[in-house]
Amino acid sequence: MPVRIDRGRPRADADSQRAVRARGLVQRFGDRTVLDGLDLDIAPGEFVALLGRSGSGKTTLLRALARLDRISEGELTAPAAVATVFQEARLLPWKRAWQNIALGLRIADARRHALAALDEVGLGDRADAWPSTLSGGQAQRVSLARALVRDPKLLLLDEPFGALDALTRMSMHRLVQRLWRTHRPAVLLVTHDVDEAALLADRVLVLSQGRIEHEERIELPSPRSVEQPEFRALRRRLLTSLGVDEAGEAVAAPASRVQAALR
Amino acid sequence: MSTRLLSPLAVLLLWELGSRVGLIPAHIMPAPSALATTLSDLLVSGRLYEHLGVSLRRAALGLAIGVSLGTALALVAGLSRRGELAADPLMQILRALPFLGVIPLFILWFGIGEVTKVALIALATKTPIYLTLYGGIRGVDAKLVEAADTLGLNRLELIRHVILPGALPSFFVGLRYALGISLLALVAVEQINANSGIGYLINEARDFMKTDVIMVCLLIYSVLGLLTDAFVRMLERHALAWRPLMPSLRAA
Ligand SMILES: Nc1ncnc2c1ncn2[C@@H]1O[C@H](COP(=O)(O)OP(=O)(O)OP(=O)(O)O)[C@@H](O)[C@H]1O
Ligand SMILES: [Mg+2]
Repeated sequence: MPVRIDRGRPRADADSQRAVRARGLVQRFGDRTVLDGLDLDIAPGEFVALLGRSGSGKTTLLRALARLDRISEGELTAPAAVATVFQEARLLPWKRAWQNIALGLRIADARRHALAALDEVGLGDRADAWPSTLSGGQAQRVSLARALVRDPKLLLLDEPFGALDALTRMSMHRLVQRLWRTHRPAVLLVTHDVDEAALLADRVLVLSQGRIEHEERIELPSPRSVEQPEFRALRRRLLTSLGVDEAGEAVAAPASRVQAALR
Repeated sequence: MSTRLLSPLAVLLLWELGSRVGLIPAHIMPAPSALATTLSDLLVSGRLYEHLGVSLRRAALGLAIGVSLGTALALVAGLSRRGELAADPLMQILRALPFLGVIPLFILWFGIGEVTKVALIALATKTPIYLTLYGGIRGVDAKLVEAADTLGLNRLELIRHVILPGALPSFFVGLRYALGISLLALVAVEQINANSGIGYLINEARDFMKTDVIMVCLLIYSVLGLLTDAFVRMLERHALAWRPLMPSLRAA
């Protein structure tokens, strides 16, 4: 399903309507084309999840949005205020938790802001901890605080919970949801986990062959739960679009098996 | 720690015994008790302080110059491509040069005074600092640099907050090497025509066949080595407090 394109709207108006706009985005590495004419729009404050097989180019797209890589061709607009959370927390080991958050903050009283951000992710008491003494989940929360303290218009999350155990992951889901509701950045969450995508996002995209090949707007009764029949149907459609053949069987399987099937 | 002292103490005891019963001739190796007397004589007469002071000043000055030079070159080569092109090939050539080999050349250039001695120590110590720090800078985790980049750090901040702290552990490794090498270079330069310093004491003792003085001086070299290494380790513990402790260190 192609993404909606508003050709008629004036440019300024169009920009205020979008956090991200990509048209004909091409990314090549050598003679390998990873993104091949990709179109994408994300509205301000929208929570979008991006699914795709391993190697389909999800991280590549994210890196282009974060301006970490130059794009080969096409048009791409993204807000100046972008923050990224990577799969590994990537905290500087030689800076205490709060210093990691305050790093590069050009505001008065950066320390107070950093401490407030730590409080928000429930780590107010670990402000002076060295990153090496934090658990994986805690480190990822610091990384999240570091991103949010910058008040991003666009928050990029590249499998931020991939390395966490199921329980920690669930509490991270609640945390991300809460933070998103308070700060309202547009979010692009890359994940391997169909359930995670369907639980958190307004819209789920599937990346394949270098383009957004499938899109699902999610209108599930709240609170969402994997037990809802609508949820199961949605998950089946997503799995099918990901090319998992035995969708029926995979749906019945535990979440870990579903993930394994995707890897 | 105390158990680590057991074997040296046992050796001392056997040595003393061997000397007392005449198994070890005094002109080959005087007894530990005799060495203690020699040491205290040297201390009381003030000769030791005087010569040790001279030696330490040589080592410290040479080390300071060598470390500064090595650090500066490593920063130039580590932080920019052009700097790398300019500095690294030269440093690799210099590194391959055995520093003891340049003694005759330095004597021709700088004479047989202090300049040659200090210059040789500086030449010897800049190499380990350069190699480790340059490697450390280039080895900083690119993912961390990238993450810091997304936080909007400018180049200077990136160097200050990410690259230099990341290279610091390597720098300390280099510093410990440099300290060891500075002592080695010190011994070498003090063999050539010195009229002060520990090396001079040793040469003089050789001429008068005073084995005890030679041995006391050697002991002092090794105590110097141990002390400076302990000092760097203390600095390191302080500066690298963020590093996770190895289980073995935690127990110590
Ligand atoms: N810098 C690069 N140079 C060359 N090839 C690259 C580079 N970055 C990515 N690629 C290639 O682009 C393709 C997409 O990689 P990407 O990391 O975007 O995949 P992904 O969808 O994030 O996969 P995963 O789910 O495993 O993280 C891969 O085939 C990868 O080898
Ligand atoms: Mg990826």
